[in-house]
Amino acid sequence: MAFTIKVNGSTHSVDVDGDTPLLWVLRDVLGMTGTKFGCGMALCGACTVHLDGAPTRSCVTPVDSVGTSEIRTIEAIGATAAGAKIQKAWLDLEVVQCGYCQSGQIMSASALLAGNPHPTDSDIDDAMSGNICRCGTYVRIREAIKQAAQSSR
Amino acid sequence: MILDHIVSRTTGSGQFERASELTRRGFIQAGVAAGGGLMLSLRLPLARGEAEAADADRFAPNAFIRIDRDGRIVLIMPYVEMGQGTYTAIPMLIAEELEVDLNQVHLEHAPPNEKLYVNPLLGVQATGNSNAIRGAWQPLRQAGATARTMLVAAAAKRWNVDPASCGAQSGAVLHVTTGRSFTYGELAGDAGRMPVPENVALKRHQDFRLIGTRAKRLDTPAKVNGTAVYGIDARPPGVKIATLAQSPVFGGRVKSVDDRAAKAVKGVRQIVRLDDAVAVVADHMGAAKKGLAALVIAWDDGPHAKLDTAAIASELEEATLKPGAVAQNIGDVGAAMARAITRVEANYEVPFLAHATMEPMNCTVHVRNDGCEVWVGHQALARAQAAAAKVAGLPLDKVVVHNHLIGGGFGRRLESDGVSRAVEIAKQVDGPVKVVWTREEDIQHDMYRPYWFDRLSAGLDGKGRPIAWSNRFAGSSVIARWLPPGFKDGLDPDSTDGAIDLVYDFPNMHVEYVRVEPLGIPTGFWRSVGPSHNVFVTESFMDELAAAAKQDAVAYRRALLTKSPRAKTVIDLAAEGAGWGQPLPERVGRGVSLQNAFATYMAHVAEVEVAKNGAVRVRRVVCAVDCGTVVNPDTVRAQVQSGIIFGITAALYGEITLKNGRVQQANFDTYQMLRMNEAPAIDVHIVQNSEPTGGMGECGTSAIVPAVANAIFAATGKRLRKMPVDVAMLKQPA
Repeated sequence: MAFTIKVNGSTHSVDVDGDTPLLWVLRDVLGMTGTKFGCGMALCGACTVHLDGAPTRSCVTPVDSVGTSEIRTIEAIGATAAGAKIQKAWLDLEVVQCGYCQSGQIMSASALLAGNPHPTDSDIDDAMSGNICRCGTYVRIREAIKQAAQSSR
Repeated sequence: MILDHIVSRTTGSGQFERASELTRRGFIQAGVAAGGGLMLSLRLPLARGEAEAADADRFAPNAFIRIDRDGRIVLIMPYVEMGQGTYTAIPMLIAEELEVDLNQVHLEHAPPNEKLYVNPLLGVQATGNSNAIRGAWQPLRQAGATARTMLVAAAAKRWNVDPASCGAQSGAVLHVTTGRSFTYGELAGDAGRMPVPENVALKRHQDFRLIGTRAKRLDTPAKVNGTAVYGIDARPPGVKIATLAQSPVFGGRVKSVDDRAAKAVKGVRQIVRLDDAVAVVADHMGAAKKGLAALVIAWDDGPHAKLDTAAIASELEEATLKPGAVAQNIGDVGAAMARAITRVEANYEVPFLAHATMEPMNCTVHVRNDGCEVWVGHQALARAQAAAAKVAGLPLDKVVVHNHLIGGGFGRRLESDGVSRAVEIAKQVDGPVKVVWTREEDIQHDMYRPYWFDRLSAGLDGKGRPIAWSNRFAGSSVIARWLPPGFKDGLDPDSTDGAIDLVYDFPNMHVEYVRVEPLGIPTGFWRSVGPSHNVFVTESFMDELAAAAKQDAVAYRRALLTKSPRAKTVIDLAAEGAGWGQPLPERVGRGVSLQNAFATYMAHVAEVEVAKNGAVRVRRVVCAVDCGTVVNPDTVRAQVQSGIIFGITAALYGEITLKNGRVQQANFDTYQMLRMNEAPAIDVHIVQNSEPTGGMGECGTSAIVPAVANAIFAATGKRLRKMPVDVAMLKQPA
């Protein structure tokens, strides 16, 4: 059946089974490929999007559970204050290597910073440990979150 | 090292000599480009086999630099970016000598052409083995200097002045005394008609303006806003999405498929049945996965239905009881062993490992009657093209491959099994189809880092010094399959890399390799390749010898480094930075490792804490690295950090096991990755010198595993001779 979802401020109608994960609606139906597939089981965080600001693993989120929530993806995270700061810190500190997981990392980090402008190391661990980076950019992700937080002061 | 062994063996000279040799022969040609600019054609030396040797006098360019009339500088480059920073470091080499800013150099990726874009150290068009910078270092700087010289000559001719009175700066030629100037764009057409200078002078290291500075990576902005396009993001018009189930046992076959339920899934378009796999083609991956789950497939498991890892380990262990091919012999180990005061023996084992790139395997293919188009991220583009052509039954020139950014390579994307599979499926589909492996399929149908079994012994004299070192190991030769000419007389340069030519002064040393190819599990290159196995073994065993000699692990190694001053420098730096020797709490220990591989020297000191329940946490790693001339220090630092995390992941968690022929790990719950909360602090000390540039992508990984194991020994007294870490073994008795 058809579902109406709101992504980055635009409304879309999609005709898929209700149990279709939001990830595939975004990537394959709407063609928004910035959100990545990594595991399909909410184990790696590559598919993280925001639902009403909350970081959410889109690979295990059925489209029929989204309702009227506002979906925000990596393509529009730069429009939020926290997202813009995170992206800038990512560039300043050269966090990225292969870059495949970084959409999800940035979505998790932006949500953290939006809700907690001055996260501690332990806050960073809690918010970011669900996101795997195979290139091992963790050291720089931690520094970049701190730098972004610094710029909020 | 590794594959350049092949190169140097066949040519009898090292890479730098070869580069200068080719300069003498004129390896650069220039002319006027279409559109009126300056076009430089470059020959990166190729050295494999006699056919190519016969070709050596004929000019065959394999890289191109174009300066357009609007001043745009385009480098057509044969290497791929997979996170290692190549797309930034390589343009730095040209920009340095051409006297332009880094952002003035634009990159175009070379299309697949094995003859044109051969990697000088690999002998095939591939990016791997940490050799992009090593291969490009000399030729690309020479090309930049050649272009600059020709632009200056063109300007001097217009002004009718001595070229020596002109200088190049920021993309323009300046007449110093009169202040007149022309931009490169204005000169490009004329420059194309100037003679190619014979011997251009390269900048001295102290004059480098870009090389050695922290350059911003060029590929980053698109990777933080979702616009970067990886292979999995390819969306040719009308593309369908497929996912697949391959025989859970390698070598098995599909017996029967009941696809009635799968076909009823909304969005499922087609079921493709192959001999050993079934694919579901759908409008989107959600439907494809749902369809796949609804399939009822009966498999004929084939000959490996009972295979398990323990049987492979026994086969390898037994193989080390018989003589192998001698990889290195120094002195007389037998005689030295007979007079040794202390004898140390140990067996080591390392497991099969999956690559688990964050971007799961995928390949998009459109097969038409008269041609085939492929969208993929691949480390060896020409191989991808050849694989597609073979399966599609088309000549090479009918196969177009669009290469993409790579969401993690680590050796996995040197293989073309995924391309072949996708073409097999696409042949049965009308229109383009993107085949995406689920994470489970990706892990269970990888080409794994080989399992290795090593049998070592050493003899120490009265002062504890090693007077005899013997090592015989057995495992699969990836080279023998991937680059058959590289396997000769029972040896290949990868399998033995890190086990021979050690930095230490061993008066008597004997190393043998026994090639064993376990059936029922495919093997492949994995980040840090041969050293991923050998450095763990040799550096752990060195630690055992230090312990047997009751000596400090750093001091013991240091005393054996009289012929390796660069090794001595890095071990000293790492030990000092880590506070080696300073007291630590109970069940916390430091471990050291020392490595010379990929033409780079590296020492790690790992600081590890072992909990009462046996859980290991790496708290801090101090790395000292000497990779010769540093092109981009920030990339060096990033690659060390990356390699360390990759290696710790393997040391703590990495293990692929088989039971009844089936890989038992499937996703990140059973094949775990190191995460943010477990990542250590990492300090990197870079040695500054002007030695030839070494590789960086691999080194950190192989060197960290023994450092962690040795730190665990320091913390607990338990010697880990088998990876990954066995937590049960480290549990503190109540």
